Amino acid sequence: MKQAAITLAADRGRVHSPAAPPEDSPLAISGLTVSYGDKPAVFSVDATFAPEAMTAIIGPNGAGKSTLLKASLGVIPRVSGEVTVFGRPIERARERIAYVPQRASVDWDFPTTVIDVVLMGLYRRIGLVRRIGRANRDTALECLDRVGMADFAHRQIGQLSGGQQQRVFLARALAQDADLYLLDEPFAGVDAATERAIIDVLKALKAQSRAVVCVHHDLATVRAYFDHVFLINVRRIAQGTVEEAFTSENLQATYGGRLATGHIDQLSLPGQQVS
Amino acid sequence: MNPLAEALLLQAGYNAALVGIGAGLLGFAAGAAGTFLFLRKRALVSDAVAHATLPGVGLAFIVMVMAGGDGRNLLGLLAGSAVSAWVGLWLVQWMTRTTRLSEDAAIGAVLSVFFGLGIVILTVIQTMSSGRQAGLESFLLGSTAGMLFNDALIIAIGGSLAVIATWLLRRPMTLVSFDPDYAAASGTNVDRIDLAMMGLVMAVTVIGLKLVGLILIIALLIIPPVTARFWTERSDHVIWWAGIFGGVSGYVGAAISASAPALPTGAIIVLVAAGLFGLSLLFAPARGVAAAVLRHRRFQWRVHRRQGLLAMARAEPIHDPFTLRVLGSEGLVRRDGVPTDAGRAQAAKIARDERRWDVARQIHLDAGLTGRYDGLTPIEQVFTPDEIAEFDARIGGPAPVATQGGH
Amino acid sequence: MGAQFVQFSLTPILIGIFAAIACALPGNFLVLRRQALIGDAISHVVLPGIVVAFLITGTVAAIPMLLGAAGAAIVAVILIEAIKRLGRIEPGAAMGVTFTTLFAAGVLLLDQSDTSNVHLDVEHALMGNLESLIWFRAEGWHSLFDPVALAALPDELGRIFVVCLLVIALTVFFWRPLKISTFDEGFAQALGLPVGAMGFGLVVVAAIAAVAAFDAVGSIIVIAMFICPPAAARLMTNSLERQVWWSVGFATLAAILGYVFAGYGPLWFGGQNAVSAAGMIAAVSGVILGLACLYGPHRSRVGAARQQADA
Repeated sequence: MKQAAITLAADRGRVHSPAAPPEDSPLAISGLTVSYGDKPAVFSVDATFAPEAMTAIIGPNGAGKSTLLKASLGVIPRVSGEVTVFGRPIERARERIAYVPQRASVDWDFPTTVIDVVLMGLYRRIGLVRRIGRANRDTALECLDRVGMADFAHRQIGQLSGGQQQRVFLARALAQDADLYLLDEPFAGVDAATERAIIDVLKALKAQSRAVVCVHHDLATVRAYFDHVFLINVRRIAQGTVEEAFTSENLQATYGGRLATGHIDQLSLPGQQVS
Repeated sequence: MNPLAEALLLQAGYNAALVGIGAGLLGFAAGAAGTFLFLRKRALVSDAVAHATLPGVGLAFIVMVMAGGDGRNLLGLLAGSAVSAWVGLWLVQWMTRTTRLSEDAAIGAVLSVFFGLGIVILTVIQTMSSGRQAGLESFLLGSTAGMLFNDALIIAIGGSLAVIATWLLRRPMTLVSFDPDYAAASGTNVDRIDLAMMGLVMAVTVIGLKLVGLILIIALLIIPPVTARFWTERSDHVIWWAGIFGGVSGYVGAAISASAPALPTGAIIVLVAAGLFGLSLLFAPARGVAAAVLRHRRFQWRVHRRQGLLAMARAEPIHDPFTLRVLGSEGLVRRDGVPTDAGRAQAAKIARDERRWDVARQIHLDAGLTGRYDGLTPIEQVFTPDEIAEFDARIGGPAPVATQGGH
Repeated sequence: MGAQFVQFSLTPILIGIFAAIACALPGNFLVLRRQALIGDAISHVVLPGIVVAFLITGTVAAIPMLLGAAGAAIVAVILIEAIKRLGRIEPGAAMGVTFTTLFAAGVLLLDQSDTSNVHLDVEHALMGNLESLIWFRAEGWHSLFDPVALAALPDELGRIFVVCLLVIALTVFFWRPLKISTFDEGFAQALGLPVGAMGFGLVVVAAIAAVAAFDAVGSIIVIAMFICPPAAARLMTNSLERQVWWSVGFATLAAILGYVFAGYGPLWFGGQNAVSAAGMIAAVSGVILGLACLYGPHRSRVGAARQQADA
């Protein structure tokens, strides 16, 4: 094909080549478009997430962060686009994914207990009718223990605080023992102790060579928590390691006027990036 | 003159004319009152209210007979139905507030239990000596056959009163159904308006019992507002549209059923309303299905065209078959996927617009403007020609778009 | 409790119990999914279904009627879904539009067709004829072992029994996916569960239960049993497993007490004729729900769920 590469400034994320070729990437998205009505919520997004890393999906409210995640998983329909997980179509790689939805997406008045919710993470392995054995319960309890919720195993889920609910959701994902963890705003509205507990668990996952992708809204903690960022505002703005892509220039492009330059400076960005 | 035209022109007898006018007025009031329920997403509350009238009808009959009167007095029966509907409504609200049950469960519980109770009472009445010919079953499905002049008069007067009440309450009710929080903040007593709204729904239900029956009156409270929603986005307009749809359904339906024997009035009225709904669902200009399908196809087309051209501009291969079809049918790529000259020109334009956007987003820190960088909005729609010229100046002359020989 | 009971009361009570359980089981999930009123909608569209079946086949045989009713229920479910999606109308209103329209069509068809000589009327559809489903050939408990007498059991009993077993089997088999997709649809989808098909399947099972129950006991019980026992059960426990057991217990209790009160209640008050058993069963289930609302140990929302509801 005889075409010169036109380096679009909007494509600056591409300048830093993706950390891995799509075949090895835990999650590779190409040409993903999602719309609510006639307005694109996500437009033609390409993304290749890095293995054995923690990536934050960042962007202003309504920028399509959660939409990107949900459409990748098939939770909401997409207008176009393809998604592969470890090089295979997502439909054939479900068992390698653990998904932690937003807390508010479920009815917390549902008649069930904490350990029951965690056991849901094992259903794929237990199957339709096999009895839940002691080993399964022990696994569930161990996952609860990892998020510091073992004492709450037999509580009704409606009695939990927001942070505790989030930890239970994370424990359910741990029970899935997946290779790719997708979390939708795991730190939204949780207490400081929970935030610390969650980040410790996620870092431990990374240490076990799992990939973690979080929809994240708090710019102040990006540097401390994540290795990679993906900046989105309906379209992909930039992607790369935190050093490469989490720059004031990219943030400006992502947030527009909402983020004053002075504010970006306070985020302790690498000096050479501040214009 | 044929019977339908006769009935439509109120020439089919005194009773039929009164019933027609009453049905029209009732339909109007039902449509308008139902709008408030619909906008507050409580459409099926009317379901509970309607079914809850049955035990009241039965008990009123028994009380009137025991008091030595005629059990069939319509006003008495309607009063009884109003009382039991009120109790049913109160129970729905009590359950929703004090227990963990959701409103739909409360509605279903009240409607089935009250209806069951009503049936029990009806079987009791059938065993009473004066009960065999009570004809209370007509309240299930409504019946205008053998309707007394007084009954028709009650329907006509009741319908008029309901319309007047709707008119008087329209402003506060619009406010409350549109934005209850704002209404409360601006000093409206939301609870009292809610109460009035429910009162109106109950009144419409009770008046409609004899005409369309307690199951089908629900239709008059739900279908016209849903129909109206297709034609306007403004809540104050929805009320009047719903009233008109309801009124037309009631009047035309009553006329059709008066024009031939054995056409059940209630069913015909509901089917006329449903017909209007079906037409609106399919063909309404903005929210109709036909319009939506068309819009969605166009949208999908635009997305794929744009994505294809973007890929072309970046010299990336295009795999998506639909994208290739879109570009192919516009003559932008050849069958083997290689861009044509026209395609290259388009891609160049898109590449230039992307660069313009880029500059625009650097200059204008206004998120409202840059937020429209969604891939589909043409830059010309957002910025003036002067501004675009300025972007071009910053880009620094036309960029080379397609050079031979690749990298 | 002798021959008379077996002859006149045993089969209606059993039919009532099976119908109540068959409806209450899917009802648990419908109530939790905020779809309780699907049962209401389904039971209203049964009428046009059987009328159309009658018009097509010309008979009032049970099987065509049941197929017609089931067909109408499925049509209604599809219509509701279509109106909801295509017209972007909230579910309650879409249901209201659909079932009233279909019911009106049924009433019109019924009035227009010559069904006066057959037993097909609205009242029957609503109230059923539980009282008449007696076991004529029975002479006492020993008839339970008499093949000749057993062959004369009312057909309705066999049908509702089979449907009840089917519903139980499906509930047990699909328990886990049903539970996950009811609690957390997004998670279920991410697991790759066919969430849409599960939801539709649930409604279809509810429709089958409703139609079979309707055949014997009329549509009032159907609506009441879909909602009242599960709703009351929800207020008794915080475990879905126990909730389902409670709902089965409540459904059984309502069926037995309702039948007994309808048959013998009037006698206690000096009346002579029984009242509608279907109506009474619905009323008893309402009383059970009322008691659960007043005294159920888990009747109110707690903690975060409460804030969620208030928000």
